[in-house]
Amino acid sequence: MGLFILRRSAVMLLTALCLTFIVFVLTNLYPNLEKLAKTQGNFRMSDEAVASWLAGNGYAQPTPVKYGQWLGVLPGWTLETEEGIKGRCITGFATAEQAAEAPQFCGILQGDWGYSTRFKKDVGSIIETRLGNTGFLMMWVLILMVPSALIIGILAGMREGSVLDRSLSTVSIATTATPEYVSGVIFIAIFTSSTVGLKWFKGTATSAMENPTFENFFLPVLTIALYGMGYIARMTRASMTEVMTAQYIRTARLKGVSFPNIVIKHALRNALIAPFTVILLQIPWLLNGVVIVESLFNYKGFGWALVEAAGNNDIELLLAISVVSVVVVLLTQLISDIGYVFLNPRIRIS
Amino acid sequence: MEALTWTGSAAFLNPILMVTVGLLAITVAAWVVTSLFTAGARPVTGADGTITLAGNPTAMVGMGVRLSFLATAAVLLAYILLGLAMGTNAGIIGGMTQQFTPVWIALVAMFALSIVFKRKLGLYGKLFDSPIGMIGFGIVMFWVFTAIFAAMDMIATHDALSQVSGMKNKVPGTPLRSAEDGDYHWYLLGGDNLARDVFSRMVKGSTEVLKYAPLATLFAFMVGITLGLPAGYYGGRLDTFLSFLANLILAFPVILLFYLLVTPEIVDTGLPQYMAVVLFSFPLIFCAVLLHSRFKTQPSKNMTYLAIVLVPLFLLYMSLINSADSKIDFWPLDFFDIPGGVLVVFVSVVFVNSPTVFRIVRGLALDIKTRDYVAAAQTRGESTWYIMLWEILPNVRGPLIVDFCLRIGYTIILLGTLGFFGLGLPPESPDWGSTINDGRKLLSIYLHPALPPAFALMSLVLGLNLLADGLREESLKD
Repeated sequence: MGLFILRRSAVMLLTALCLTFIVFVLTNLYPNLEKLAKTQGNFRMSDEAVASWLAGNGYAQPTPVKYGQWLGVLPGWTLETEEGIKGRCITGFATAEQAAEAPQFCGILQGDWGYSTRFKKDVGSIIETRLGNTGFLMMWVLILMVPSALIIGILAGMREGSVLDRSLSTVSIATTATPEYVSGVIFIAIFTSSTVGLKWFKGTATSAMENPTFENFFLPVLTIALYGMGYIARMTRASMTEVMTAQYIRTARLKGVSFPNIVIKHALRNALIAPFTVILLQIPWLLNGVVIVESLFNYKGFGWALVEAAGNNDIELLLAISVVSVVVVLLTQLISDIGYVFLNPRIRIS
Repeated sequence: MEALTWTGSAAFLNPILMVTVGLLAITVAAWVVTSLFTAGARPVTGADGTITLAGNPTAMVGMGVRLSFLATAAVLLAYILLGLAMGTNAGIIGGMTQQFTPVWIALVAMFALSIVFKRKLGLYGKLFDSPIGMIGFGIVMFWVFTAIFAAMDMIATHDALSQVSGMKNKVPGTPLRSAEDGDYHWYLLGGDNLARDVFSRMVKGSTEVLKYAPLATLFAFMVGITLGLPAGYYGGRLDTFLSFLANLILAFPVILLFYLLVTPEIVDTGLPQYMAVVLFSFPLIFCAVLLHSRFKTQPSKNMTYLAIVLVPLFLLYMSLINSADSKIDFWPLDFFDIPGGVLVVFVSVVFVNSPTVFRIVRGLALDIKTRDYVAAAQTRGESTWYIMLWEILPNVRGPLIVDFCLRIGYTIILLGTLGFFGLGLPPESPDWGSTINDGRKLLSIYLHPALPPAFALMSLVLGLNLLADGLREESLKD
């Protein structure tokens, strides 16, 4: 088991390195840097001005070197100018003594996430607040989505082919066919607009960042939860129908155990192993929904930061975001693998 | 010209529809509830030795559901027939129904032919045994025919891009202010914030969506199959490497990937074109290997078939990747240029979809390679590619066809996501994602621009899902 976790972690680390390198290369392509230079300097810069701006801010180095500096395994760049020494690890300009005192390495290994050119703030603090907002949203999504998906799946799967099964399966197919930007738009239209006149909820979740209430927070949560729910429900249903045809269920029925008891005591525990992995693997998938819903409801979280960073080629923020999301994806994969082994006695004992 | 109401002179049907829909809802609810508390029908042997199913509350309510469903369907049919006959006299619904006339004709012809010959049509014919599959297929074909006829300019009432003064954000059924002869006199589903016709844009959008989604899915399948079969069949290092690559792409948040690939700056570097060079070569490789592994013992036949298939494909491939005034521009026989935005959207959708297909094919190949017929082929001394493509692949077609349907739906959702974020496709493009994005900004005041494309996208994806479900059910019955 220890070896398994160790090997998975090594693969995870390798994947994270590869992915961040890909993002790094893509964001550091010359046209992107040119755009960055023009947004930071001015839009009418000549080609030479762009080149000198890039050289003066450390962007003109070879990509692997820049990647090493960002990671914190190579010493940060420094440059002597007339106003003093500037460098990756130095804010503003410094004298020679100050520069000598400044740390040599400053990358994410040292906990320095860099500086966001879009928000003019430390990337670390941006990620912290935005991730907090999104974490809160995700928590409620999971609280709403998981129990309802499991209940739908179990009710549908306990009597395969029954009326209940067919109606609930149709409902779950319908929810998987409705992406967030469709259901979100329909919800906003029905429940918040003045044309329909229901006005039960608010169309934006901006105020939910300070003061989340049912009125301003329920629609975004529902929108994300609904799309993920159908898939988990269908997986639960499949696993439940499989368990319900097993020999031990038949034995229990022939012994005269009542149907509710069979479902709750005999079937449920075995039927929930597969949905466990599905739910965990669904979490990175929710990230997509988060980006859509946050821009639809104007909730300034992680997804909103992604859209802003990508729209403005904010390299360091974009890299931090990809690190976080890649870590989330890989961690959930790891947990689902380990959890599967723990939950399934057949694998655990052999 | 007067403004149109929703149903016009067919309004007498509205109360009837309300009653039947209400009845349907009540009976369905009662059906679910009674099925929870009563056992299923049980067989009873009569005095004369015949066996009948004893009626019980569930069966009775089930009958009620069937009847109320038929009644609702009949009323809906009446709307369509009245609409066909009366056009805009039957309001907006009537006007739209009449616009869709070619679609209705094609649908009826197709269903009639398919049901008559369904026993001779294999899996496709069996689809017409499953009501769910039939409904799904109906919805999908509705949009397919709409896309085809819209491309031939038969359905849309106005041009999807032209703006008509005074029609900005107008509600459905508003008449044009200065309509000339030959113009359609109304905006059936209203105007959007640039005074364009919402109905025409939705109809044209179906062409956009159905032009890209199935083709992109097909490409993703070619890539996934060509890489997944050897990965599953050989295993070992190749499998480890390819699986790592697939997991790498899958670990990427899709939207981040889109944002990184689909910006004008990246298009300038030619990266999407280089990706197209790699991704679009897979159909060529696939076809070449497919034919060669089968016919290599008959060289003359082999050469002819390869030439027939590969030469047009090669020309197509070269025209696809070459584009004037871009990074790749060396081929003189460049028949058509694909706009940079469209190419990059296409490439990134294929790129995102293929790892999942790879994983499915690999899993299926792992399962099938232990079968006896594969061992038999190995003993006969068949080449490995022959075994993979002519022994394994035909035997996994069931799950692959089902997944193909689901994946087209997913690709449509992805394309919509791209449009929703305004990435790639040209800004005035009528595809559904972009129109939803345009419409959502004024959603709290004007509902009509955003809702039609939203419902269209939802119904098409739902239809594909139901179709996949029906196909799965029927293919499991064999």
